[in-house]
Amino acid sequence: MKVPVSWLRDYIKEPFEADDLAHRITMAGTEVAGIERIGSSWEGVCVGLVLEVNPHPNADRLRLVTVDTGSSRNEVVCGAPNVAAGQKIAYARIGACLIDGHTGQPATLKPAKIRGVVSEGMVCSEKELGLSDDHEGIIELPESAPLGIPLTEYMGETVLDLEVTPNRPDMLSVIGVACEGAALLGVDPVICEPEFTGKGESIDQLVDVSIEAPELCMRYAASLVRGITIKESPDWLKNRLVNAGMRPINNVVDVTNYVMLEYGQPLHAFDYRNLAGQKIIVRRADEGANFKTLDGIERKLSSDMLMICDGKGPVAIAGVMGGENSEVTPGTTDVLLESASFLPASVHFTSSRLGLTSAASQRFERGLSPHLALKALKRATSLIAELAGGMPATGCIDKAPGLKPVVPVPVKVSRVNGLLGASYNREEIVSTLELLGCELLPGSNQDEMAVKPPYWRSDINIEADVIEEVARIRGYDTIPLNMLDKAIPNQTPNPMLGFKRHLRQALVGLGFSEIQSWAMTSSVMLKKVLNQAELEIWPLHLKKPMTVEQECLRTSLRPYLVSSLASNRRFEEGAIRLFELGSVYLPREGNLPREPQILAGIISASRVKEHWDIEPEKTDFFTLKGIVEGLLASAGVQAEYLPSNDGGLKPGVQAAIMIEGKQLGVLGELHPQVCKAMELDESVYLFEIDASQLLQYKLVDKSYRPVPRYPAVLRDIALVVENSVTHSQVMEVLSGYPLVVDVKLFDIYTGKPVPEGSKSMAYRLAFMSDKKTLTDQAVDKVLEQILSRLEKQLGAVLRR
Amino acid sequence: MDAITSREELDAWRIKYLGKKSAILAILKGLGSLPVEERKVAGAGANSLKNELEALLKEKEASLAGGQAGQDKAPGAVDITLPGKPVDLGHIHPITQVLYELGEIFTSMGFEVVEGPEVEWDYYNFEALNIPKEHPARDSMQTFWVDAPPAEDGREMLLRTHTSPMQIRVMEKQKPPLRIVVPGRVFRYEATDATHLHMFHQIEGLAIDKGITMADLKGSLYEFSRRFFGPDRRVRFRCDFFPFVEPGVEMAVECAVCHGSGCRLCSQSGWIEILGAGMVHPRVLEAGGIDPEEYSGFAFGMGIERIPLLRYGIDDIRLFYSNDLRFLRQF
Repeated sequence: MKVPVSWLRDYIKEPFEADDLAHRITMAGTEVAGIERIGSSWEGVCVGLVLEVNPHPNADRLRLVTVDTGSSRNEVVCGAPNVAAGQKIAYARIGACLIDGHTGQPATLKPAKIRGVVSEGMVCSEKELGLSDDHEGIIELPESAPLGIPLTEYMGETVLDLEVTPNRPDMLSVIGVACEGAALLGVDPVICEPEFTGKGESIDQLVDVSIEAPELCMRYAASLVRGITIKESPDWLKNRLVNAGMRPINNVVDVTNYVMLEYGQPLHAFDYRNLAGQKIIVRRADEGANFKTLDGIERKLSSDMLMICDGKGPVAIAGVMGGENSEVTPGTTDVLLESASFLPASVHFTSSRLGLTSAASQRFERGLSPHLALKALKRATSLIAELAGGMPATGCIDKAPGLKPVVPVPVKVSRVNGLLGASYNREEIVSTLELLGCELLPGSNQDEMAVKPPYWRSDINIEADVIEEVARIRGYDTIPLNMLDKAIPNQTPNPMLGFKRHLRQALVGLGFSEIQSWAMTSSVMLKKVLNQAELEIWPLHLKKPMTVEQECLRTSLRPYLVSSLASNRRFEEGAIRLFELGSVYLPREGNLPREPQILAGIISASRVKEHWDIEPEKTDFFTLKGIVEGLLASAGVQAEYLPSNDGGLKPGVQAAIMIEGKQLGVLGELHPQVCKAMELDESVYLFEIDASQLLQYKLVDKSYRPVPRYPAVLRDIALVVENSVTHSQVMEVLSGYPLVVDVKLFDIYTGKPVPEGSKSMAYRLAFMSDKKTLTDQAVDKVLEQILSRLEKQLGAVLRR
Repeated sequence: MDAITSREELDAWRIKYLGKKSAILAILKGLGSLPVEERKVAGAGANSLKNELEALLKEKEASLAGGQAGQDKAPGAVDITLPGKPVDLGHIHPITQVLYELGEIFTSMGFEVVEGPEVEWDYYNFEALNIPKEHPARDSMQTFWVDAPPAEDGREMLLRTHTSPMQIRVMEKQKPPLRIVVPGRVFRYEATDATHLHMFHQIEGLAIDKGITMADLKGSLYEFSRRFFGPDRRVRFRCDFFPFVEPGVEMAVECAVCHGSGCRLCSQSGWIEILGAGMVHPRVLEAGGIDPEEYSGFAFGMGIERIPLLRYGIDDIRLFYSNDLRFLRQF
């Protein structure tokens, strides 16, 4: 909302500084986003009179203009086609600061010879004064403009640009802003009660108004002015509209806009003669009907939309925009003025469904008071009669099925201070509210009162609303600061938070960097990285996605993890390790999706030698497995790894991460087809763990075992077994011997002299007892047993 | 020799005292013409002097080449300027870092960190927060609606537009007094550019007890700012509107660039808006099953991405989700 300060001064008679007022309004809840100072740079520009216009001796397009400023006469070279003798114009003398018509930058006017003639200044266009981009012709000032006075004095203006919050329809009106400003300045605004004088027939005999949808229309008021002449509005009116950001059209339309800006109440003018049957019917639209609005666009209606109709059909969309069919035209002589109140939600519904917001709809949807309608109507009627020369019919139509009296809000002084933590006394509260135009009714004791807000403050309905009024007008800085001094509430520990933090820290220690990626992806992408022709889990889709690449909610972290690896590869030769810890969204019938927290990581090897003394590390499945093992160990979890069948991973080079018999994740090499699809020409390894579930297995209570008191005895054995024998089979046998406290597989060998189809596995076993130091004989005895069991169960032969 | 500091000077010294035309060499060359007894004495003396000079030369050569004289003498000395064997450490995402920092501050002030669903019902995201259907306040929170059938009670599924739905969920589950903060992702249907994202992070706060006041709100948020932005940054509270609070508050901190005098970063205002807050609206307390006659509370909500943006002078908010290691490694 753009508010010219000179307009505010119509209602605030006490002097004030615009900047100070802007600051107060901002602090009180409506941000003044900008202060525009029209004319602040017009130094050296004044009102001049064109005495004569003569041709330029050396140029056809240029003319020599003699300008009188009252105190001097100057000859100016001018290229504007519309310059003429007798005009009042904006004259800039040499040294004035103007916007250069060609570069758009401010520049000082220098003396210049144009085609051999010296120009003593300039006759200005709107562009040169920074008023608009219009550079076609010069500004013609009204004849009444006083000769020689500085232009700033004549047409300078300060305009406040307000960002109005959705709860304050009153701040979309100059009077509303004036009332707010006056309260903040601690003065009383001066607002006249509008009235007009009608003549002749009563309007009731000339127009018939019926409201068929009273649930959507609280009030419909109308007046009729006949015998008007449509013409241009006077300059004062046009200037105010322009400064408030509206385009002048003609006197009738301009008045409806002017009164809307003034009171906040949208008005609509119909050409009375084009209203079929001289009737207004307020009713719901016919489902599916079409209607052409003022802007010439055909709109499709639904029965939830409220229409203003005449005897034949719709003439306006209530509260949003009028129709082409009843528009005021240059030939209009009689206008019916509408000033109505519509249900805010209905106007919002209609305007958002049609994708059509207007100055009117913005005001209605914020909840305008129905009390405004008649006041604005009277004001507009008298202005039209004054400016368009017509005569109003006697009286107004006023159907008000939804007009309710303003209800006083009970307020307690103790509650005001109780909620604010302030210590205002009753008088301070009362005087503050009175400044806002509230009517104060005494309560049954010194603590109680009832506050009747002014009708235009439809946002004040409950005690908390009144408390905010007191606080914001007195200033939030009058409320003290207090550290919460109440007992800290009982807390429910959330181990997931600490666990997630632990996982992140552990991975960072393992060289992984955390990424955060979009929650949305596409089914195409999911198919690609999961290597599924048809997705096993169909993701939740968005009704209206922003792009097809982000059409659905991710069911896996893989899409962005793999694509981030690929995109980093373009500039990164070294090893890359990335992880993400975040939600995936797994649909559930009839409920919100499950949102487990998934931890997923991806690694790929360095492609170059990066250090003078280290060969590039080989990265393979076991690099990844070691990472996962270390990560899980740090979380106090021991996992088993079983063969798995994940379509996105390479067959045979992947494993399910099993914890207590339950699969919590998977690890393995990315399937070559996925690599190809993602344009990765290297081996990439990936793991995925359900962190939410993992938490349940996390070892919370660690138990203590005494530090060993006796030394361990080490024995190395090399077993020759068939290739099909696995490490875990060997481990299972070894686990049956309590004296074996540690096992390390330190070598695997195939080739001569190991027979074809077999391999040699070299283990280092640590034997230890917690009761005594083991002798060699005792160890040898157990080892014998172990070897014979290995031979029996796995066909293992000791390699000597 | 002590005065010599460069290779060139040392060469000159070598030529002068040990070169072909040096005095020592002249003596050694001339030994043959001396009588045997004298030859012995002179030869031994000249050779010992030559050895001494050569040792001095060698020592100086080494010290010029290798820096500290003490070390290069040690057997097995290494070039300590060679790069060490790297221990590659990764980086925690800057947004996660900020969330942890905020979580710690609020935890130490008695707030409990809780998390909630990112896919929500419209009831929790709007209605229960005093934002009814067709309210213009919804227009500032353009919504991603999920293409799923509505629940039996007519609730519709959406991506939460703020972390505030957790206010209601926590109130439903826990009886007051309560003090929580909720970090998390939120979504708005907004075109993405250098300063806007359609997915970003927020942290929500809520404190409810008997007799909680706006003075408590101001004190708590001031304390937060003092710890997070530092004690030198001034704080400003002004009135603002959010449907789920009344009175509504906006907190700004003094612009770190211009210290309040106005610059491009703060749009000449001298202040940076940091968060929205207010006293919990009675209707919101009621929706959460809490009697507004008995209890009161304050709530606040803050966007996260702005903070590292301002702190590090990052010029494009999209970098946070670019997953570019050249960006992530800086934090």
